[in-house]
Amino acid sequence: MSLPVPPAFPKRNLDVVTTTLVGGLRAPAHLVGLPRPDPHMDLEDYDPDADLMALNWGPQHPSTHGVLRVKVWLDGEVCVKAVPYLGYLHRGVEKLCEKLGYAQITPIVDKNDYVSPMMNELAINMAFEKLLDIEPSPRASWLRTILAEIQRVASHLLWLGTWGLDIGGAVGGGATIFMYCMRERERILDLFEELTGCRFHYNTHCVGGNRHDPPVGWDQHAKEVLASIAERSREYDQFLTNNAVFRARTVGVGVVDPVLAMELGVSGPILRASGIDADLRRDAPYLAYDQVELRVPVRTGGDNFARYEVRMAELLESIRIATLLLDGLPEGPLSSQKVVKLPAGIKSTSGRSAYACIESPRGELGTYVIANSDRKLAGQPYRCKIRPPSLHAMALIPYLCPGLTMSDMVVTVGCLDPILGEVDR
Amino acid sequence: MSPPLPDHALLVHAMLMGNPWLQGLVVGGAVASAALSIAGFSIWFERKFAGRMQNRPGPTEVGPAGLLQLVADVLKMLQKDDVVPAKADRALFILAPPLTLLFAASALAVIPWGSGVAVADLHIGLLFALSMSSLVVVPVWMAGWASNNKYALLAGMRAAAQAISYEIPLLLSAMVPIVLAGSFRMGDIVAAQHGLRWFALWPPGPGFFAFLMFFMAALAESNRIPFDIPEAESELIAGVSTEYGGMKFGLFYLTEYLHSFIASAIGAALFLGGEDMGPLGHGMHWMMLKTLVLFVSIFWIRWSWMRFRADQLMALCWKVLVPGGLVLVMTSALWVQFL
Repeated sequence: MSLPVPPAFPKRNLDVVTTTLVGGLRAPAHLVGLPRPDPHMDLEDYDPDADLMALNWGPQHPSTHGVLRVKVWLDGEVCVKAVPYLGYLHRGVEKLCEKLGYAQITPIVDKNDYVSPMMNELAINMAFEKLLDIEPSPRASWLRTILAEIQRVASHLLWLGTWGLDIGGAVGGGATIFMYCMRERERILDLFEELTGCRFHYNTHCVGGNRHDPPVGWDQHAKEVLASIAERSREYDQFLTNNAVFRARTVGVGVVDPVLAMELGVSGPILRASGIDADLRRDAPYLAYDQVELRVPVRTGGDNFARYEVRMAELLESIRIATLLLDGLPEGPLSSQKVVKLPAGIKSTSGRSAYACIESPRGELGTYVIANSDRKLAGQPYRCKIRPPSLHAMALIPYLCPGLTMSDMVVTVGCLDPILGEVDR
Repeated sequence: MSPPLPDHALLVHAMLMGNPWLQGLVVGGAVASAALSIAGFSIWFERKFAGRMQNRPGPTEVGPAGLLQLVADVLKMLQKDDVVPAKADRALFILAPPLTLLFAASALAVIPWGSGVAVADLHIGLLFALSMSSLVVVPVWMAGWASNNKYALLAGMRAAAQAISYEIPLLLSAMVPIVLAGSFRMGDIVAAQHGLRWFALWPPGPGFFAFLMFFMAALAESNRIPFDIPEAESELIAGVSTEYGGMKFGLFYLTEYLHSFIASAIGAALFLGGEDMGPLGHGMHWMMLKTLVLFVSIFWIRWSWMRFRADQLMALCWKVLVPGGLVLVMTSALWVQFL
């Protein structure tokens, strides 16, 4: 089976005029310094006589990807001001983590980013391992890399499907692309089910290693699934990329200024679509990412279409990496040590803290853990702060929405890939 | 000379001939019930078609050949609670769905299924059909206003703007066959195309482009993707039918199907020769076949295209279709005058 090779992306060398930002990052000049709407604008300043309609878009609306609520003021059908209200799915996950032992937290955080649970598990366990000075076994970190990449494929597929619904509607072409994406994602869930027994909330990562060893033939099955998805991703290309209506709806809509995005802490595909060549997997390699050469897709459009292109290229790149890594899975124990409460040799965790971050499908997913200085509570964290990438993407809404029509707002917010589970935690 | 009719048919014929009211009632009832059954059939067909196309096997598996899907759809709607929102304008809210169906179905009267087979072959038949189908926007706007819902209101405004705009290219493209045939009567237009001289093929040029334009404008008139922005369920929840449930929603649903079915039938009659099939003879079955081909292509487009934005839709109408339509009418007039 041959994989379609994704186009080579220039490394740190954009094919447009760039300016250098603080920290040596380079950004496309045409995107820097775009006019910014004032998110705190007084509506009286807009037009005292304007007959504006305040519309609570969400939390129950078919295209807010869960329970996002955006209060928008519409002049006709054009948005004047947008204020996102978060917290409808707040479950107190971080507080819950303070009451549980290190080994018990994994299944809780599974539910944060419910589209890519593997990433949550990975992020929090990497932080715990850093906190407790544990090195996962080579086999485990290799397997984690594979799982993360397969999960990224599934996550991007789900994003494409739901975004298709946003553009094309549940009774139209959008539903078609949604069903196609679900078909592929289903096969990835089958793969994970074979490995862990669960289709969704896996609880397979633990401190020091992984719980489930791949069954015989799993790697072959995984390769087949990935190859067929790569094959079928051409269908989506035919369906969308050159479709006139799709382009009319996405090109030039929702342009993100990279400087604004970085000020707001936005990362991941949104930033890369605005021309910032940054990817934690390549820039600060963790797990087995230093074993493969990662080609980071960067686009300079900054619009919805660029974000679509970046995610589609990432999908193919993840398939390529996962297929490569599946060949080299080292033998050995899956767990470096059995950790129930605390690893052997550690009596007190006083004064320890750690931050670990990974490149999730939506950007930098970080976890900051402070260990408990109380000896009796040494087996559980004192504070566990999760930095979800979607939360920061939500901060773009007040800047992106003004000036867009209702239709474009739906498409643009959908293109930020909001997962309210991790936004609200 | 028509062939001799059997006795009972003669009796019915004799009863009907003397009374135009009775005749209209019987034939109209027959055509309307046939059209509604066709709409039912087409819902079944579309569910299966979309199911195969989208890898969604459900509708193909419900009952033998998926036939129970339609039953399930209707039963689901019938058992829903019939809610009228407290702050809604009750009379308008209840009146809107049946009115949409009434206006949409009125256009059925003038469609020529075969030579002489039409409920009423009016001398302004085409105008009647187009004006009836454009009247549908009135109850749609009524529904949007009466629902007292912001999404429905936005959808109603979109629907009104869209229907009024696309009325013009629809009429301009229909002017081409009118000019070529020299009559507004649907029967005359079909008769002028006999012998494979379909207006979509002959004269080369204006007829074909007028056909394409008619098809696009008809998609927009019947709110089908890529022009279904008044419904736009990802933006406006369900458009004007947001607050409607049960069979009221079902009537909107049925109207949408009927509207596109009628648009296909008019398109087949105006541009594809109606009942004519050249050397293969002519008859109602050809007309039906052409209508269904157009109808299925509407589904096809629906399930494989995204949706336009409202302002793009307007730009397409006023910047492309309207000037283009004027050119086409001029060209066909010149053709009739000089060739």
